[in-house]
Amino acid sequence: MDAIFESLPQYWDGFLRTLFLAVISGVIALIVGTILAAMRVSPVAALRGFSTFYVEVARNTPLTIIFFFSAIVLPRLGIKFEQFEVAAVIALSTYTAAFVAEAVRSGVNSVPVGQAEAARSIGMTFTQVLGLVILPQALRTVVPPLINIMIALVKNSSVAGAFFVMELFGYGLQLTNSHGDAVMWILIGVAFFYLLITVPLGLLAHFIEKKVAIAR
Amino acid sequence: MTTQVSGDELVSLNGVNKHYGQLHVLKDINLHVRKGEVVVVIGPSGSGKSTLCRAINRLETIDDGDIAIDGKKLPEEGKDLARLRADVGMVFQSFNLFAHKTILENVTLGPIKVKGMAKAAAEKEAMALLERVGVGHQAPKLPAQLSGGQQQRVAIARALAMKPKVMLFDEPTSALDPEMINEVLDVMIQLAKEGMTMIVVTHEMGFARKAADRVVFMADGQIVEDATPEEFFTNPKSARAKDFLSKLLTH
Repeated sequence: MDAIFESLPQYWDGFLRTLFLAVISGVIALIVGTILAAMRVSPVAALRGFSTFYVEVARNTPLTIIFFFSAIVLPRLGIKFEQFEVAAVIALSTYTAAFVAEAVRSGVNSVPVGQAEAARSIGMTFTQVLGLVILPQALRTVVPPLINIMIALVKNSSVAGAFFVMELFGYGLQLTNSHGDAVMWILIGVAFFYLLITVPLGLLAHFIEKKVAIAR
Repeated sequence: MTTQVSGDELVSLNGVNKHYGQLHVLKDINLHVRKGEVVVVIGPSGSGKSTLCRAINRLETIDDGDIAIDGKKLPEEGKDLARLRADVGMVFQSFNLFAHKTILENVTLGPIKVKGMAKAAAEKEAMALLERVGVGHQAPKLPAQLSGGQQQRVAIARALAMKPKVMLFDEPTSALDPEMINEVLDVMIQLAKEGMTMIVVTHEMGFARKAADRVVFMADGQIVEDATPEEFFTNPKSARAKDFLSKLLTH
């Protein structure tokens, strides 16, 4: 137990970095994922094809391999960055965007087709139909699955620890070396700080789900 | 109301064909509707009348032939099509009010976003329209809080807010409880009297008799008869129409 209190500064630093990775990657993934979902339902076949290809590849590749690509392959291709955090954000948002796209797409499909027809028949363009009528309704039904994806993202960010990013899990690895006699407590500490992010997210999902339910 | 309204041709369909796979749903349709005319399309279910109505603002694509609104050919896709649709009001069987918007917003959304109207002006016009169809006091509510008849009247107001050249009604009363049908039909009859050009797909023969200038009878994807209501109901020419009418009148 003492091991946890002694290591609070490291935990705190790791906690903040995990939070940073999750928030930045989460925001990027939400934006990219929504764009991908819009492409997926667009009337342009090439956009649909690209989106499908992206989602299928990113979603079905192990995250560790995506990390490997962004941390090691990208720099060799000439895309260099000072910090490994950048590689971690690229990997996490690339991977998570695919799941966001699928969730948003299922939300779009849950909106009755008559809503889009009504919007088109008053003269809205494709972007207006999507932005003013479909997505506002779709996103409501999509909030709970999206938050689940964000919870998964927080946990997935631990992979960054294996790629030289000192986030919670990275510090966890370091601390288990320095406190070889208290490995269990150190890991319980790591888990606790993850729960500090993920449990409130789950509660938030519950709250928002109730708040934005839409009557039909 | 059997007199033919004179004026320009507003909607014209020439040699329109459509297939759903093997099924030939629209067979060489020719239909011309002049300004101010009220055309009621009737026929057994599966005769293609809804498809015809939806093809006029290209909610359904067609395989060949051409459709023109006010002399302009229906564009394939994109902004031109959106612009043309703004001139064609559509009322659906299932109302399709925007579920996440209030009644007032449902009516103002088109004028504000499509026509670029100022919000205050759009709201003023919308309120006037809602009053006209008798649901003014419902303005702040959400669609789900209204009855079917009220929702359909809002849907008519939403379409009218775009100041369309022609209004399409795709079985506007078929999803309504019987006691609500008349409140919607009354609004439509009023519209017809005011000179709106209307194409109405319906099973309401009373409306056809009262408000239609022409009755178009469809069966198996074809226009079988095109006559005044008087002529059609008292002296149908085709066996198909006679059969259809006899089935209606046995109740």
